[in-house]
Amino acid sequence: MKLLKAGTRAKCAVCDTEVMVVRTVPTEVLLTCGGVEMIGMDGAKAPGSHAAAGAGQGALVGKRYMNAADAVELLCTKGGKGELAINGESLSVKQTKPLPSSD
Amino acid sequence: MNLVMALEMAAECHPQRIAVSSGGLHLSYGNLLNAARAGAEIIRDANVKYVGVLDVNSPAVPIALFAAAYAGVPYVPMNYRLTKVELEALLGRIARALLITDAPVLAPLDVPAGIKVMMRDEFQRVALSFTPEAMSAPAAPHDTAIQLFTSGTTGKPKAAVLRHQNLMSYVLGTVEFGSAAEEDAILISVPPYHIAGISAVLSSTYAGRRMVQLPNFDAATWLQLCRVEKITNAFVVPTMLSRIVDHLEQEGGSARVPALRAIAYGGGKMPLPVIEQAMRLFPGADFTNAYGLTETSSTICLLGPDDHRSGFESKDPLVRRRLASVGKPVPTVEIQIRGEGGEVLGPGQSGEIFVRGEQVAGEYLEQGSLLDSGGWFPTRDRGQVDEVGYVYLEGRADDVIVRGGENISPGEIEDVLLDHPAVSDVAVVAVPDRQWGEAVGAMIVLRENAEATEAELQEWVKQRLRSSRVPTAIRYADQLPYNEMGKVLRRVLKQQFVDLVS
Repeated sequence: MKLLKAGTRAKCAVCDTEVMVVRTVPTEVLLTCGGVEMIGMDGAKAPGSHAAAGAGQGALVGKRYMNAADAVELLCTKGGKGELAINGESLSVKQTKPLPSSD
Repeated sequence: MNLVMALEMAAECHPQRIAVSSGGLHLSYGNLLNAARAGAEIIRDANVKYVGVLDVNSPAVPIALFAAAYAGVPYVPMNYRLTKVELEALLGRIARALLITDAPVLAPLDVPAGIKVMMRDEFQRVALSFTPEAMSAPAAPHDTAIQLFTSGTTGKPKAAVLRHQNLMSYVLGTVEFGSAAEEDAILISVPPYHIAGISAVLSSTYAGRRMVQLPNFDAATWLQLCRVEKITNAFVVPTMLSRIVDHLEQEGGSARVPALRAIAYGGGKMPLPVIEQAMRLFPGADFTNAYGLTETSSTICLLGPDDHRSGFESKDPLVRRRLASVGKPVPTVEIQIRGEGGEVLGPGQSGEIFVRGEQVAGEYLEQGSLLDSGGWFPTRDRGQVDEVGYVYLEGRADDVIVRGGENISPGEIEDVLLDHPAVSDVAVVAVPDRQWGEAVGAMIVLRENAEATEAELQEWVKQRLRSSRVPTAIRYADQLPYNEMGKVLRRVLKQQFVDLVS
């Protein structure tokens, strides 16, 4: 369990997935990738594999992931094999309406 | 959160894709990432507090922007068209700095102490000459990423502070990562020191779009580059579009830019005849009007292609009118119109535009944050919002004419005078008046061989607007004073009416 801060980044201890926190809640949460708790960007990778149950469709770079309550939002900054979850709840891809290019 | 995240993601996803084309040089996103990291080493070795850029667009510009972010030092692009005295003053304000510049700009300057000069070509050459070790950027979202000096049309330039979190919120809120196609290319013709020049680099990088640089704008070269480089997207300020339209009309031909499918414009008021003519000349292009400020990390309102088309084609005056609006707020910002007492105004009521959102920095180095306790930033722009949410600008709050307690926006009078067949350009300013404190003054530029007397123009306004809007003083000029971004220098114009007090 960790208190997330908007703007901070985290990486998966096992696969290539990296995320940045866009929005979060003011309480401690368990952020996992493929069922394994994500670590700080300077943390050491752990040998091993994702928990079988959590290794879903993987995280795609550039996509935003949110929980059902839309209280936590992550940006995937590097794609990987694990599925992102908060407190055991799988996150889903946020659908955004594209804006016309303005610059 | 740091600006370089956009570049790292782009370089990771499509390292071979071209990021920057300039003259004959093409840099891939992989090259740009390497160069930014190498540039950061140059900056660290220089041991400075700022990275200044005093130059036209070149590959050194995006390299320096991202290199400064890697080095954790604010990036400060400055207007190379300022006078020697003005530039030396700005440089004095950023010492100790590494200044990246070019010989013609540097030659007349007496560079203040604490400024280490590096020529643009040398910076670019060194940054591209070696592959530095992978490095990570400081993860301090609240650090200053960019410091931009305002144009100072009303006084000493202010140093607007934009933090990493402001700029990245803008990019994440308005651009879909990797949304550009392989063949997409944007033509960047706004100078590096303009907020639109900065947002173009950040948005294009995040979208994975190739940036084609045009160092010095002229209409013929712009069109030529569109054709040769198969440009798909472009951003222009109103004066540029106006010159492009004039150029095409003189040539008598069509634009012949089959690849160009999106033209965005902003940075000043677009005259209705110019945008209508542009839509005729570029039938294959989608038009988008972007309204934003330096202090808001660029765009806060958008009028999109659909509204342009319906406004252009409709006979309904309410729909047509939208062509003159700046559209609706982007999803990540809120807009409020407030009256003089700070009260929130409803639809159709004119007041000052306030804006709130993560991308809104609203901060100057000297004055600190200008956000109120609710997080709202006073834009100093006047305007109103209609019943369905379209935002209409009415000019700068500082330009409002206060005539005997009544607030008058120059814009509505300028629009009416521009409709007069003899008038080619006009600016309305406050002039001193014994009875009313201030009154309306108009500087008129007549069309070639056309005539319109003061009395005739006064009568023209009187028939269309309230009597308080009729200019008490009308003067004529061969042309109006504009700065290089197409803003009328009202301060200069006001001085031409000062004799009215005596």
